[in-house]
Amino acid sequence: MTLVEKILATHSNMKKVKPGQFISVPVDMLLANDITAPIAIKEFSRLGVEKVFNPEKIVIIPDHFTPNKDIASAEQAKTVRQFARLQGVNYFEVGEMGIEHVLLPEKGLVLPGDVVIGADSHTCTYGALGAFATGMGSTDIAVAMATGNIWMKVPSTIKFIYHGILPQWVTGKDLILYTISDIGVDGALYSAMEFVGPAIDSLSMDGRFTMANMAIEAGAKVGIFFADGNTIDYIKSRAMRPYTIYQPDKDAEYIRTVEYDVSTLEPQVAFPHSPENTRPISKVGDIKIDQVLIGSCTNGRLEDLQIAARVLKGKKVHKDVRCIIIPGSQKVYMDALKEGLIEVFIEAGSVVSTPTCGPCLGGHMGILASGEKCISTTNRNFIGRMGSAESEVYLSNPAISAASAVAGNIISPKEIINNR
Amino acid sequence: MIKGKVHKYGDNVDTDAIIPARYLNVSEVAELALHCMEGLDSNFVKKVNPGDIMLAEKNFGCGSSREHAPLAIKASGISCIIAKSFARIFFRNAINIGLPILECTEAVDNVRSGQTIAVELSSGKIMNMDSGKEFTAQAYPQFMYEIIAEGGLIEYTKKRLER
Repeated sequence: MTLVEKILATHSNMKKVKPGQFISVPVDMLLANDITAPIAIKEFSRLGVEKVFNPEKIVIIPDHFTPNKDIASAEQAKTVRQFARLQGVNYFEVGEMGIEHVLLPEKGLVLPGDVVIGADSHTCTYGALGAFATGMGSTDIAVAMATGNIWMKVPSTIKFIYHGILPQWVTGKDLILYTISDIGVDGALYSAMEFVGPAIDSLSMDGRFTMANMAIEAGAKVGIFFADGNTIDYIKSRAMRPYTIYQPDKDAEYIRTVEYDVSTLEPQVAFPHSPENTRPISKVGDIKIDQVLIGSCTNGRLEDLQIAARVLKGKKVHKDVRCIIIPGSQKVYMDALKEGLIEVFIEAGSVVSTPTCGPCLGGHMGILASGEKCISTTNRNFIGRMGSAESEVYLSNPAISAASAVAGNIISPKEIINNR
Repeated sequence: MIKGKVHKYGDNVDTDAIIPARYLNVSEVAELALHCMEGLDSNFVKKVNPGDIMLAEKNFGCGSSREHAPLAIKASGISCIIAKSFARIFFRNAINIGLPILECTEAVDNVRSGQTIAVELSSGKIMNMDSGKEFTAQAYPQFMYEIIAEGGLIEYTKKRLER
């Protein structure tokens, strides 16, 4: 069995599971947010069950439209807050919250070997820890909140092997954008993506979170890494319950194996309106931008802000550009503050926001007008994703986004940083 | 038997096109339906009639997990979606809210917008009423038919919890 088959078989108390098999799986952690929880709560109440199956295994985060952007959002957040208090589930209020997929790993709420489901498509982020984590809708979450179980089809696994050493300014974001452009936005539909190889071994946890986060952008159910020394270092001070590190069998069967040599890979930029519409930075051409967004569940972690600060230090954001930087959690914000990164950003003329999903999904804190272009470290550039249906979003890593903020057009950091 | 006029779309119709996130500050389905498909086809709401059927190429419903997407489509009057393939979260969501969806490449290739088709869910038979051509959709596991027949996952689970 592969890693994901091992996790699913153990959880469902079976000797063996096979791709395509339908199973009922007990979950270790369940997640919903301020836009998906209201429907889940409504559906939960229709079940006629009074109490959730286990409040310790449920977490609700108000992060999408918070701090509330309008009265309707405030009403939804109120519903969610009241439910969380009544049921006694894990809940992080504005002030201690973060973007859910940054916050849950940071708080040690998700661990290697876990089965995690969340009413948010980017729940797959926790695959970085070696967990089986996947997004679902509100009704699935409602039923799992009552029963603690979820039905699942065992996915087949595609193995991605990354050889070589990552060049300067090339990150986990570039690996996943390149992979999506190679296999397409449905290239891993219904499958698990397993990320391995020398370039992965040396990839930071923050880089792995970024890659796992965008597995859904290739249609995958899960994007998973093997827990290694990096993983243990990350979780050892965070884990407050036991966890299991699973290994695949030697004769594990993969539906497909894809190999890349990343030694000459360039930073990638996804053009409108699909994450698969990707070009290397040298082939981007002259694209003037109106806005830059650095943040989100994809690239809102400390390492992302460190990279952005390396580019922005001593520079000024171009006069025609709004540069918005959003730390992914209160902890990321505080760490960035202590390291002097926030000062770098503000000195450069960026705006720094409290953690929120906000502009990534066209909620608030940086909506685009018609005809405007934004380069963003987020995960989707669908039509109208960040505002007007006549606006355009380009996706990149934090270094490219930060360099573009300075230049006013999409550019490599190499072109604005000398001798580094 | 479901019978309706077809509204056909292309590859990779994403959930932001089906219901942009700016409308997710409410979850009332009637309100969501007012903006259904707004990102892709601003006339959809005006032209859709109760019972109409949506057709699409591959990977329909990719992107976000928002259940608001199939809810908006269902509340707009669409009785069934047929595509070459569905994004997996959308697939679950549609089944869970009792919105029938079928995968059938031949039907998508042989039916145009504006034509009328008939669908028999239990057998997966799809008939193009205009051309007379018939197609068969991929079968589901039995429990999924039961979820749809009972009106969704909540009704299905409720019945089993009461046992």
